[in-house]
Amino acid sequence: MGAHQGLGAYQAIVGWMTGLGVPDWLAGILYRVGAGLLMMVFISVVVLWLIYMLRKEMGHMQLRMGPNVTGPLGLFQTVADAIKILTKEDIIPAAADRPIFMLAPFVVFFSTGMLYMVLPLAPTWIINNVNVGLLFFVAFGSLTAFGIMMAGWGSNNKYSLVGGMRSVAQIVSYEVPMVLSLLGVAMLAGTLSTGGIVGAQRHVWFILLQPLGFLIYFLCGLAETNQTPFDLPEGESELVSGFNTEYSGMRFALFYLAEFANSFAISAMITTLFLGGWHGPVLPFLPWLWPFIWFMVKTLLVVFVMYWIRSTWLRLRIDQVMSLTWKVLVPLALLNVFISVGEMAIVRVIGG
Amino acid sequence: MSTRESLSLEPELEPRLKLVEAGSHAEGAPRTMILNMGPQHPSMHGVFRAVVELDGETIVNVRPVVGYLHRGVEKLAEARTWAQVIPYTDRLDYISAMNNNQAYVMAVEKLAGIEVPERAELIRVIMAELNRIQSHLMFVGSFGLDLGAYTPFLYCFREREAIYDLFEMACGARLTTSYLRIGGVARDLPEGFLPKLKELLKAMPDHIQEYNNVLTGNEIFQARTKGVGYLSRETALAYSITGPMLRAAGVNYDVRKADPYSLYSRFDFEVPLGQNSDSFDRYYLRILEMQQSVRIVEQAVKALEELGPGPIQAKVSRLLKPPAGEAYAHIESPKGDLGCYVVSDGGTKPYRFRWRPPSFINLQALPEMVRGWKIADFIAIFAGVDIVLGEVDR
Repeated sequence: MGAHQGLGAYQAIVGWMTGLGVPDWLAGILYRVGAGLLMMVFISVVVLWLIYMLRKEMGHMQLRMGPNVTGPLGLFQTVADAIKILTKEDIIPAAADRPIFMLAPFVVFFSTGMLYMVLPLAPTWIINNVNVGLLFFVAFGSLTAFGIMMAGWGSNNKYSLVGGMRSVAQIVSYEVPMVLSLLGVAMLAGTLSTGGIVGAQRHVWFILLQPLGFLIYFLCGLAETNQTPFDLPEGESELVSGFNTEYSGMRFALFYLAEFANSFAISAMITTLFLGGWHGPVLPFLPWLWPFIWFMVKTLLVVFVMYWIRSTWLRLRIDQVMSLTWKVLVPLALLNVFISVGEMAIVRVIGG
Repeated sequence: MSTRESLSLEPELEPRLKLVEAGSHAEGAPRTMILNMGPQHPSMHGVFRAVVELDGETIVNVRPVVGYLHRGVEKLAEARTWAQVIPYTDRLDYISAMNNNQAYVMAVEKLAGIEVPERAELIRVIMAELNRIQSHLMFVGSFGLDLGAYTPFLYCFREREAIYDLFEMACGARLTTSYLRIGGVARDLPEGFLPKLKELLKAMPDHIQEYNNVLTGNEIFQARTKGVGYLSRETALAYSITGPMLRAAGVNYDVRKADPYSLYSRFDFEVPLGQNSDSFDRYYLRILEMQQSVRIVEQAVKALEELGPGPIQAKVSRLLKPPAGEAYAHIESPKGDLGCYVVSDGGTKPYRFRWRPPSFINLQALPEMVRGWKIADFIAIFAGVDIVLGEVDR
């Protein structure tokens, strides 16, 4: 596996195109457009699967069957729903702040989509192996708050407003322990590049060295993606549907898509940082595909746990959410930084 | 703002509201926002409406608005014969139709001096207690749902289905049963009813353990409900609150013990009491009450089997004309002390029919309980009252 390090898809594909006589600048643009489209397709497929998975999983945990009528095993249920939602009327409330209201879903979706730029799906399957990948991921992850805030404000609905406010308070607070918990990984790996971090886990997965960091990041990931027990921004029983109360049709679909895409991205990041990314046994059959399979299996397992939590836990109150971050998670994350320093010293002594 | 036009708010709220609308930057302007929850809202349990005054997320004041489901049942009853009123009572607290039937027929029997056969009384006790379990299951499920847990809701509905199946066996209806008659019950228990009931009773303790595992024991659930929505014993008594809400405040008042009706003095059961008078106690008491109801049904089934077949209906004339006078009967419904007051002028129709709805009276204490808590707590406290709008609005 180590041999593939540093061989990003960018160099390979752009190099191949220039070899065919395409000018450099055009090759760069073509690569980016193509990669963007590819990611859109990937996100759509992943979200289709995640929604199906959520429904089946919650169904079985709740003594139900989940979808089982539309298509084999109900597999087309999500497709049918997607078609339905796309044909629905796009309602914009008369009193809404139109530009902000209309822009909000795109901001949310855009920031979510950008997260996929740095996910190392396999040794070479990474759209942009930037050397500050981790920072990039955190930055675009928190940009979601902007979109949600815009939706909450632009809807001119009190439920939406409260939902938007909750979301901002929550995401901004959870950024702190989240970044601190990532610090340990960054220190151990010695790089901020996501590809590099996976490479650094050749021998040992970071979950073994950073169990505390893993837990903190997992909780913060739940908060970041507005999932139970941190689903306050949309808290159905309190705020009807929170920030997206006034949305319908395609705009609502974008929020929905972003929510699932976001939970996949966070799980993928957990896999990348703590679960060894695409590392796993490679079998002789289709050797180039196995890293990707391992990556997906691990990520979907993390998503499974997220949905498990979603179907068994309940929602915290806003002040409890806040005190959990500032009084529990931040001190623990700081402690984790110290532990990481100790680990680094040990690693240096051993000479690993 | 439509809020102000459609209702007159409490006097102290009115001037503050005006300031809010005036632009709120004036001197001494409040930093509050009026949030109109309901009548269409996922956790308003029907068509309840609460005008909530918020400071950020903290509740400054609440004004409950009821009446959206008013059908004038008490007036309608005056135009029906005594027996025809029974189906109307189903539709008051539609989650516990059997108990409603019981309160009404007991009042009429008292008025007309009718003796109910023992077998019919035993069947009534079984039905009333099954209905209590069913109503509490609905409460447990929807309480979890209001706090954000979807799974316990479906667990509770599994047992509710089983109880509804039993009702269906006995009388053909599930929700609005109209099973009780003046002087007895509509028909005897069908074959296969008791074995199925015993199966359910045997499984019930395990199921209750399941609810405890999935909801009661949950750390987040406890954090969300313990200490929330305190209501002092004195306030509870002053508002004449009854049922689990009153018992959660530590007052030992259960009509089945305090003023035994039907055959309740025969059965061995306890009245669980709370200590902290918070949302958690109100929830947990209902779980404990389900266990006690299971005990009562078990004893009633045993008594019924020992008694053997017999009449299930007293001799009541087809066109009942109770002597002129009045009667009041009250029972312990799942929601509290449910009373029915009937007046007869000697005719075929009630002269006056009056319902003492525990949901409505318990709801009056809502503003006392929610002031100073957060929106999310408002939902938890409101759900803990366990109201059914059919009974509140009548």
